[in-house]
Amino acid sequence: MSDFLELDRVSLKYTEDETALALYHTSFRVSRGEFIAVVGPSGCGKSTLMKVVTGLWPATAGTVKVANQVVNGPLSIVGMAFQNASLLPWRTALDNVMLPLEIVQPHASRLKKERAAYEAKARDLLALVGLKGSEQRYPWELSGGMQQRTQLCRALVHEPSLLMLDEPFGALDMFTREELWLALQDLWLANRPTVILVTHDLREAAFLADRVLVMSARPGRIVLDRKVTTPRPRTLENAYLPEMVELVHELREHITAARAKAA
Amino acid sequence: MASPEQYDLPPLARHRKFLDRRAVRRALPWLVVAAMFLFWELFVRAFGIQEFVLPAPSAIFASLWEWHEPILENAWQTLMTTLVGFGLAILIGGLGGVALGSSAVLYASFYPLLIGFNSVPKVAVIPILIIWFGIGTIPAIITAFLLAFFPILVNVATGIATVEPELRDVLRALGATKRQVIVKVGLPRAMPYFFASLKIAMTVAFVGSIVAETVAANKGIGYLMLVASSRFQVPLAFAGLIVTGVMGVGMYVACAAIERRMTGWATRSADDGVSFSA
Repeated sequence: MSDFLELDRVSLKYTEDETALALYHTSFRVSRGEFIAVVGPSGCGKSTLMKVVTGLWPATAGTVKVANQVVNGPLSIVGMAFQNASLLPWRTALDNVMLPLEIVQPHASRLKKERAAYEAKARDLLALVGLKGSEQRYPWELSGGMQQRTQLCRALVHEPSLLMLDEPFGALDMFTREELWLALQDLWLANRPTVILVTHDLREAAFLADRVLVMSARPGRIVLDRKVTTPRPRTLENAYLPEMVELVHELREHITAARAKAA
Repeated sequence: MASPEQYDLPPLARHRKFLDRRAVRRALPWLVVAAMFLFWELFVRAFGIQEFVLPAPSAIFASLWEWHEPILENAWQTLMTTLVGFGLAILIGGLGGVALGSSAVLYASFYPLLIGFNSVPKVAVIPILIIWFGIGTIPAIITAFLLAFFPILVNVATGIATVEPELRDVLRALGATKRQVIVKVGLPRAMPYFFASLKIAMTVAFVGSIVAETVAANKGIGYLMLVASSRFQVPLAFAGLIVTGVMGVGMYVACAAIERRMTGWATRSADDGVSFSA
């Protein structure tokens, strides 16, 4: 498979002050359609990595390539989702999902003519994550989990080739979280975007990803690149099988080591 | 699914306390106003206060009736003056707010000047306005505008400038232009701020036009009150005050009603609010 995303010795500092280095010589490659999870101790620059990959922040040194193009400005094809659902409160769930279609070309110019088709697509996405019947509800009428599902749909409706998820389930309880793992897996299997998931939850990383990258404490760099071979589609039972539990332990050890080194 | 009857719950509405009932809530503000006038009337009578010091409400309402034609005429003048100044304030404050809210450079450059400008007492500006425009409607319109535009500008700018950084990232990662971010998120987001500021701006616009009328006009409620006081027709001056208050409340209620209609999503449960227009 060809590399879709390539980071080559990327460093980033916020200011001219050398001690504020957030990333140092971070390199990794991601194939098209691969699901990557990035874990690490808190404050290790995971979210910074996301901003660099999407071009929202320029790298101080090194190169980021997406689809063989060097990234030097915000990419315009990325779907993003965050811990905070950040839905627009004046729009219904359906209209929130439709938002990217009003901005991304060629959808934006077609939207008026083919509104019905696009709306059907947004409804299908909402149905896929179990929100059938809630399309016309406003964000405050949705639970936290439902808001996150809506956000995932918004991130995917324009069929981005790259999906960036920054702790999208961080604020949810464990049961809702596990449900959403399955929803996310279904969405991913349906469209196969390249996914980079930043998370604190090692079980989440092990359950969802094809590969888990462990980052060191700040300045962040990749200290472990581990393949997860459990076949798809994975079920929640998989999450409690010995191989998964072992993997979580292994990741945990690396993070403990990374934190000890920083201290 | 079980139907509600099966649960055999007592109907909630009957258990509401007397003061929580909607009709009672609506009547309360009127009762308070009536009680104030009653207390005032009794106070004036009990202490035998002279009419030119503090007229009793009965005397005020009598004079309101006696002079209703000039009062209406002058109130109309004041209302129009205020609305024109208020309209200008919405236009310029709104546009300025959008500009300052969407550009950090503009915000940093102009904000200190605006603060300084807003700190200048507008009464002190009226004599200058008289020199420029003479006695009449224009100084009153400008004073109303000067007082009203600042809260609108600051609120609109705040609403636009405080778009959540995550949301901004989501939109930028979709390739949204700055204009699209403002149109899709900034403006709708600023609407609750805008309407909240209208309620403030409306009342200060009245203050502006009436103060200007007392200094530099030959029409309007302010002018009427000035003339009344100079002739020791104190009940008439108080009648002017009451008319002003009624106009202020009326415009406030109108603004609040528009606000609820336009930005219901921001308040959600308007019924529980303390707004006395409900």
